[in-house]
Amino acid sequence: MPRRNPLLALDAPVVPPSARSRAAQGLTAAAALGVFALQRCENCGAVQYPPRDACVECLSARLRWRAMERGGELLSETLIRHGQELYFRRRAPCRAGLVRLDVGPSTIVALHRACEGAPSRLRLRLALDKAGQALLIGLPEKDVPDMADDPIIRETTCAPRARKALITDAKTRVGRAMAEALVAAGAEIVWAGFAAPWKPSPHLEALRALGPVTPVPLDVTDESSVRELAGSIGGKVDILINTAEHHRPGTIASRSGIETARAEMEVNYFGLLRLAQAFSAALKARAADGEASSTAWVNLLSARALSNDPAHGTFSASMAAAFSLAQALRADLQASGIRVLNVFPGPIEDEWNALVPPPKLSPEALARTVVDALERGLEDVYPGEVAKDLIARFLENPKALERELAG
Amino acid sequence: MRDAARPYEDIVVAAPVTVPYTRHSIKSAHWFLAQALARLIGSARIRKTDIDGLAVSSFTLSPDTAVGFTQHIGLSPRFLEHVPMGGASAIVQLRRAARAVEAGDAHIVACIAGDTNHVDSFRLNAASFSRFARDAVYPYGSGGPNGSFALLTAHYMRVFGATPQDYGKLCVAQRQNALTNPLALFRKELSLQEYLEARPIADPIRLFDCVMPCAGADGFLVMRRAMAKKLDLAHARLLAAIERHNGYPDDPIQFRGGWALDRAALYDQAGVSPKDIDFLEAYDDYPVMTLMQIEDLGFCGKGEGPEFVRRHSFTTQGSFPLNTSGGQLSMGQAGAAGGHLGVVEAVRQLIGMPLGAQVEKARLGLVSGFGMINYDRGLCSGAAILAAPGGRKKRGKR
Repeated sequence: MPRRNPLLALDAPVVPPSARSRAAQGLTAAAALGVFALQRCENCGAVQYPPRDACVECLSARLRWRAMERGGELLSETLIRHGQELYFRRRAPCRAGLVRLDVGPSTIVALHRACEGAPSRLRLRLALDKAGQALLIGLPEKDVPDMADDPIIRETTCAPRARKALITDAKTRVGRAMAEALVAAGAEIVWAGFAAPWKPSPHLEALRALGPVTPVPLDVTDESSVRELAGSIGGKVDILINTAEHHRPGTIASRSGIETARAEMEVNYFGLLRLAQAFSAALKARAADGEASSTAWVNLLSARALSNDPAHGTFSASMAAAFSLAQALRADLQASGIRVLNVFPGPIEDEWNALVPPPKLSPEALARTVVDALERGLEDVYPGEVAKDLIARFLENPKALERELAG
Repeated sequence: MRDAARPYEDIVVAAPVTVPYTRHSIKSAHWFLAQALARLIGSARIRKTDIDGLAVSSFTLSPDTAVGFTQHIGLSPRFLEHVPMGGASAIVQLRRAARAVEAGDAHIVACIAGDTNHVDSFRLNAASFSRFARDAVYPYGSGGPNGSFALLTAHYMRVFGATPQDYGKLCVAQRQNALTNPLALFRKELSLQEYLEARPIADPIRLFDCVMPCAGADGFLVMRRAMAKKLDLAHARLLAAIERHNGYPDDPIQFRGGWALDRAALYDQAGVSPKDIDFLEAYDDYPVMTLMQIEDLGFCGKGEGPEFVRRHSFTTQGSFPLNTSGGQLSMGQAGAAGGHLGVVEAVRQLIGMPLGAQVEKARLGLVSGFGMINYDRGLCSGAAILAAPGGRKKRGKR
């Protein structure tokens, strides 16, 4: 990626129009997960688009979001050369099309440049735009080489390729796997954060051998450490991945005193807060900085943040606190278009989950899932079978999950 | 088989007025609408209090509707309509007013529409036009109506073989019609070459396919013929009118409008057929719609529009006089008044007092309205057939 000319003014980030009805946020929820879903009427089966409050055919209020077939026919297209909004004026001309979906409705979509003209078949993708709202994209029926290089795909994803990433704790197996996965995905630089330099780490040592990796001191419990690193590389970080975690299994009554719980909060919650305060501004400022712009903030949380796992009681609580803070961070970064990707893995194959029976998630699988989520522009990810099981139970009946986790 | 709607009993349209259009204005919609009302009263030589019915349309009156406007201008009508139907508002106002007057709910109804145009009016309007537009159109390039009509135009051209030259012919003819109209904002001759080479806006739509949003207002009065005679007012007779909203909802893309569903009723109600029509004032925000109206109002079959265009000439002196004041494309579009532009021009032609050139022997005029691209298609459509008073061109007081 050619270096940006530092003499040129930096475009301040602008985002596409973000106002949506509540029903339309159903599309956003699906796009956040990478699912193509539309409303289907439970009464008569009619598929709805744009999102509605009552079935367009039978008036039933029983509209349910369901994953759908993505195929359709392109009936017409245009090149919008003079959009009303700054975001589109910067990107003019914008190719838009009208697609008749196989499942019924007609949709207006953004067209991938590889799509043929009308009439032609294509398939749809539901992605999040820079405002964090759902966008329908028309793709050619079959993948073409360099699909991801299309400007619309680049705007709706956070690919690590040619970008610079910071991994806040690279001394763990997870941190190492994350760094390796980023390098494999084509990251130009991976800053590998390490705290407590007096404590050796075989993982950090292994990473030093990788070309793009540069170890950097970072202790998320120490504000001056965070500030110093932010001052040094903050203006260059494109993707920040917070892998720092403090986890000690145990119920809340299994210890006396709050030192362990405090240590978990210090890293998992206050660490995130320190990072947010120190790195947000620079990350936001470069969100429209050309092809290798800043693009994403990844929080490795835990599925235990959704509903407390009492056997890891204080850890769950600290992750719940971090989750809430991550939502605040997402709101804070929204106007700049930086994607906040929250990852909720189930138990990972590490020392702190040693007593948890399988299935457990390998750090390598976790890292691959994160890279995949960045490349698809997702926002909420539940890697592994246990995480998927927990979120499904949580959404269906959170009270039942509470009882199930209590044993 | 539905029962046909009752014919109109001696309903006439009088006092066609226009508040001159300007590209931009710092004034409010209230100002333009009030001016329209003042001109109606002046033109008809009546008192403000003689107006006991009011119909209002505007995109920029917010936070007011017709309600707030009544107190603003000190009117106490016993019939009040706020019609938010864009370019179809004129026809719909006319239909409402006609039945109210027939029923005796009002004696003189003022039908007005107008908008201001601040420097950011267009953008603000487009950004919050409708729920579906915000959810499912504006985020795709924020092209506003230009983008939406471009999609319809590209499709129509592909499927029915219309060419840029076909659309250009309509635009050039309308510009020709505008040259003698002192109120038209565009009075510079337009050649087909200029039309074809103009700046692209949203392919395949180019600059001269687009109306220019402006500030202004238009209005007319609806009353019984006896009242018009008593007031010694030149007037046109309302023979028939139709409206339809969200017609053909299952068409994958709009290639026909609501008129096609109700045109038989329109001509039946008037007791005439398309060949009897002397001129057409079609809603022309984009020539793709003009061609659709020509087809859907029965002047030719669906898809035969391009061939119809090639066969006819559309100036005031042509074989098919179209948008004889220049249409919105040459007059400008004063927001919701775009549809009223057609009604006032039709009345002016029929009473023998056009602003520009006169259609020879204008006895029957058809006015068509269209509007409200709520999502991917214009939802509102309407049309009315107006006749010269007494079937013969008469001169009367303005």
